[in-house]
Amino acid sequence: MFHLALKMLVGDRAKFLMLLGGLFFAALLMTQQCAVFFGLLSWTTSHLSNIRSKIWVVEAKVEQVNELKPLRDTDVSRVRSVPGVAWAVPLYVSILQARLADGNFKPILCVGLDSASLVGRPAEILSGRLEDIRLPNSVIVDDLALQRLKTPGGPPPKVGDIFEINDREARIVAICKSDRAFFGYPYVFTTYDQALQFAPRQRKMLSAVLAEPAAGLTAQEAVDQINRNVPGMRAWTEEKFHRDTIIWYFKNTGIPISFGVTIILGFIVGIAISGQTFYGFVLENLKNLGALKAMGASNSKLAAMLITQVMTVGLIGYGLGMGAASLFGALAAERGNPPFFLPWQLVAGVLAVILLICLLAAALAIVKVGRLEAAVVFRG
Amino acid sequence: MSIAVHASQITKGFGKGAARTMALKGASLDAPLGELQLIVGPSGCGKTTLLSIVAGTLIPDEGTVEVLGEILTTLSQSKVTAFRRRNIGFIFQQFNLIPTLNLIENTSVPLLLNGISRHRAERAAEAMLDQVGLSGRGRHYPRQLSGGQQQRVAIARALVHNPRLVICDEPTSALDRETGHQVMNLLKDVARAPDRSVIVVTHDPRVYDFADRIAEMEDGRVLSNQPASHGQPPAVTG
Repeated sequence: MFHLALKMLVGDRAKFLMLLGGLFFAALLMTQQCAVFFGLLSWTTSHLSNIRSKIWVVEAKVEQVNELKPLRDTDVSRVRSVPGVAWAVPLYVSILQARLADGNFKPILCVGLDSASLVGRPAEILSGRLEDIRLPNSVIVDDLALQRLKTPGGPPPKVGDIFEINDREARIVAICKSDRAFFGYPYVFTTYDQALQFAPRQRKMLSAVLAEPAAGLTAQEAVDQINRNVPGMRAWTEEKFHRDTIIWYFKNTGIPISFGVTIILGFIVGIAISGQTFYGFVLENLKNLGALKAMGASNSKLAAMLITQVMTVGLIGYGLGMGAASLFGALAAERGNPPFFLPWQLVAGVLAVILLICLLAAALAIVKVGRLEAAVVFRG
Repeated sequence: MSIAVHASQITKGFGKGAARTMALKGASLDAPLGELQLIVGPSGCGKTTLLSIVAGTLIPDEGTVEVLGEILTTLSQSKVTAFRRRNIGFIFQQFNLIPTLNLIENTSVPLLLNGISRHRAERAAEAMLDQVGLSGRGRHYPRQLSGGQQQRVAIARALVHNPRLVICDEPTSALDRETGHQVMNLLKDVARAPDRSVIVVTHDPRVYDFADRIAEMEDGRVLSNQPASHGQPPAVTG
């Protein structure tokens, strides 16, 4: 009977397309908005994903990774003195101004790494040599810098090119790949000492201490030891810093509400269009459904037929919506904007929501058909 | 004479309180096997309500309904549904063919509901369409047929699972005289099987000639149920 149920639905082209359109739109809207939202959230933790350290030790009042408050240089030694710490290195992170060859200024995210260990170095070098970062006035720029530090009409920067940071010459020795930062500034890596030369002088210049737990200890155990033994600083495991940064953006920005409203709108539009259309389809077919009931179709059989119909359209609409959202994502990835992150949990979650919408749409129809007397078919 | 349907002292009302109207007020009917039974009477006399109750699609307020040896009024709703599915074929006034299904698919519905495989059901449906004179039209859709042809499809659908009772609600009211006669001839042939009964509700006097037995109803009661005297209107007694 199920193939007939599908043919009944598909045969009513207008209703079928309307239903399909509603579910497609709902799937597209929810997937696209969620993926952009997750992408945006992933940008907020780009320091963590680009610098990659098991333990971050920062000023005690810091709430999230994008608001590092300066520390004294000697604080590195305080962290090193904790027994549970295998090693600790300084890190400088700050927004500075780069002056291009045409005299234009562009903001950059300057990251200063410990010159001996290069802990926090970029994960992937696209061109040039990582080790050259130790040369005087040397920097490694990320792929975003190829767009952002390009002069109008000129070629993108390449290894060997020079620009200025705070009136000091900066020579590009390598180009790396990095995750984009929330503010859209390119990452410029250099050594810690060189970063201090680039940066305007302040009393405190250290942004954070990156540390490794001693052998046999977990990151959490080392963090607990640091927090007990180093007052005025707070140690975080990478995972907790990541989680708390995202929570901070949830609590302190309107981003989740803005996206949440759109996502809820997608859900409501899906419910409204599919529910109304499917209910209309059932109302129009009430006589036929009554005839099936008279001929001995049980309520459960009719309910299964209705669920088959709506679920089939739901799956097609979901597939089309997911496909369209993925296409959007591919285009966004090509342009690097807007952020787009489509984890499997989102793919599964939207499927679950679409199926929920379908079940709700079917529920109205099932109640109607359940209450339908088979005898209705005999009445004029 | 074996009895297909024995309905005794059936009452049925609709609505509540002061708005309640009684459609049946103690109606009784015996329909034998092997006969074409007509139920006739003026509009609003309770014909369709009685037919619905006999078919098991409506539950009476009072009275007993026995169909093919099963007392429907004592069965659960799901058992009545299963009984209907196996034993009763339906022909409706407006045909009630599903417009988006072709003739084979429409005709195969009762078999599919009885759990027959799609392949077997479609083969049987095609054969039944041949029997009602629609050879080679199986892939057509209802909208491509005349009213008479659509009613033939409805008859094929009603008979495809070989039911012992065929229930017809005004089967000729939407048809012209000649097509109506063709349809009634088909039903008459169906009713000739000794273990089958056809019950037809109608207020179309043109079909009286096809009846083996005519029950006359008025005001919620069966006034008479007698063998038909062809060419004559049914005699009213009681």
